[in-house]
Amino acid sequence: MKLHEYQARDICAQYGIPVTGGGVATTAAECRAIAEKIGAPVVVKAQVFVGGRGKAGGVKLASNPAEAELHGKAILGMDIKGLTVEKVLVAEAITYEREIYLGVIMDRASKRIVVMASAEGGVEIEEVAKTNPDAIKKIEAHPTMGLLDYQARNLAFAVGFTDSKQVRQFAGIAMALFKVYIEQDASLAEINPLVVKADGSLQALDSKIVVDDSALFRHPELELMRDASDEPLAEQQAREAGITFIKLDGDIGCMVNGAGLAMATMDVVNLYGGSPANFLDVGGGAGKDKVKAALQIILSDKNVKAVLFNIFGGITRVDEVARGIIAALAEVNTDVPMVARLVGTNEVEGRKLLENSVLIPASTLGEGAQKAVAAAKEYAARKGL
Amino acid sequence: MSILVDKNTRLVVQGITGREGEFHTRQMVLYGTNVVAGVTPGRAGQTAIDGKVPIFNSVADAVKATNANTSIIYVPAAFAPDAVREAASAGIKLIVCITEGIPANDMVATYAFVKECGARLIGPNCPGLLTPGQAKVGIIPGNIATPGPVGVVSKSGTLTYEAVDALTRIGLGQSSIVGIGGDPIIGTNYIDALELFQADPETKAIVLIGEIGGNAEQDAAKYIGKHVTKPVVGFIAGRTAPEGKRMGHAGAIISGGEGTAQEKIEALQAVGVTVAELPTDIARLVKEALSK
Repeated sequence: MKLHEYQARDICAQYGIPVTGGGVATTAAECRAIAEKIGAPVVVKAQVFVGGRGKAGGVKLASNPAEAELHGKAILGMDIKGLTVEKVLVAEAITYEREIYLGVIMDRASKRIVVMASAEGGVEIEEVAKTNPDAIKKIEAHPTMGLLDYQARNLAFAVGFTDSKQVRQFAGIAMALFKVYIEQDASLAEINPLVVKADGSLQALDSKIVVDDSALFRHPELELMRDASDEPLAEQQAREAGITFIKLDGDIGCMVNGAGLAMATMDVVNLYGGSPANFLDVGGGAGKDKVKAALQIILSDKNVKAVLFNIFGGITRVDEVARGIIAALAEVNTDVPMVARLVGTNEVEGRKLLENSVLIPASTLGEGAQKAVAAAKEYAARKGL
Repeated sequence: MSILVDKNTRLVVQGITGREGEFHTRQMVLYGTNVVAGVTPGRAGQTAIDGKVPIFNSVADAVKATNANTSIIYVPAAFAPDAVREAASAGIKLIVCITEGIPANDMVATYAFVKECGARLIGPNCPGLLTPGQAKVGIIPGNIATPGPVGVVSKSGTLTYEAVDALTRIGLGQSSIVGIGGDPIIGTNYIDALELFQADPETKAIVLIGEIGGNAEQDAAKYIGKHVTKPVVGFIAGRTAPEGKRMGHAGAIISGGEGTAQEKIEALQAVGVTVAELPTDIARLVKEALSK
């Protein structure tokens, strides 16, 4: 789960990281009020979950409160890459001499948490990784002792600090950000840019925290911060039902158990000239209710011209899936053709249950995909779509 | 022969009285796996699976009484890292963790501890291990597998079943099936499994099933190029997945154009691995590779 910049900033502040003051506004008048309170030039920043908001015009500098109000008016309600800006952060505009990147992330290969810093701050770290990988300095935190003081100091030296006061401040911020990462169960915590001001002190201008979804069960306070505004309704419904669903642009709805098989199903649909409408993993051991919810979510997409069920029962029982399909069909009024490829645990019982249904049976994934592609074409022709 | 589990496996089930644990233990016993003990704290002295399996309070007690050498974990995510650590400290050398949804950061210290104890961890978030005809340690359906010469290693659960089922249908059995799991930190990776299969005289060909995200498959390709002389057939799921979307598994995300199926397929092909377009083609390609 991603947090907004202002939420990440507030968490960083709790850990003693120097952040930029200011407030969150949802109206232009509030932008003005916050700017008046700050009493200095401000930046008005769109709070949306996409990169490149500056280029899209979502970040603007205002030299006085009236200008802040104007910018607020322009940015609030603005569409950035399909997302509407509902909140802006109005923060003091800071002048600085240097920009640094500081981030904490999991490194799968070493199975350690890694603290990264780069003297090339202000740009996305992925960009630096591509153009100048040597500029990124990495330190592996100890698996049980965590980030150690000397490691944090070494990182400061590595990005070019020489002044002992600055080294101390940088190391302190790195230690604090590492603590944020661990205690908030993040999968990413970064400050970009961390700036060096004219007086030599450091300050975080922008920060980002992504929380590990698997750890949310022990962070009710973070769950309250959830902003589902960038999450389409269907994906939200799926998440609440315990289903992984991602909407795609095609017209063949897919319901599969298991993430790998779900991806492979999409690939095979494509291979036979079709285009999947979604990625959907009903999970292991999915029962009747989950299957029903999944089918309703698939059919809520008006582009869907055929549905393909691909279930390989291991923990999941095929007869339970069949019952879910029958229950869903009784409630949802649809004439969209459906192809079912159901194999594995209790396959015979499942097939029997669907014997008299409208479902088109298939015995292999390839056959199922071909039949779904054909059914979608036929449906489109029949409906004049 | 086989790798990791066989007739000599003496299995202890952690979380044997839970819903999943009970169900799958029954399946493992039915398959013929030597399940010697179960662990549920506070229920020592009781039995599970119709009186067949004694329950202990701790893994250490179970090991002392039964000489268990392998553990399987069906404990909820919040408690699973502790279950792994308990097994490792009790001297278990092979720990299989099925549990899905463990906070990734919890596995950093847990993995380090497992290594320190000299144990091997499989998973978490994996379907476990199956050596056809000998032992099933996990949730891979036993009926789709049959003994034979093909070693299978995979990140995915049901996609593995698909490949194994197809192998069995064309008459190719499996030496062992290893589900390594799709989490950011897993105890055993492709390279570990490849090394074991390469050394196993009964394994004549290897199937490697991967998916988008990360670079474990590319690392596996490098290893194959240097150390694996047996034929390898690969499959990578997610060729048509869009960038920036997490496809179910914590690892399955393409970020900044990296971790794509295309780069993985090319890396594998570059070291002589035949990569299947359809998961069901895997079986045919293995057959062709073996007849060469």
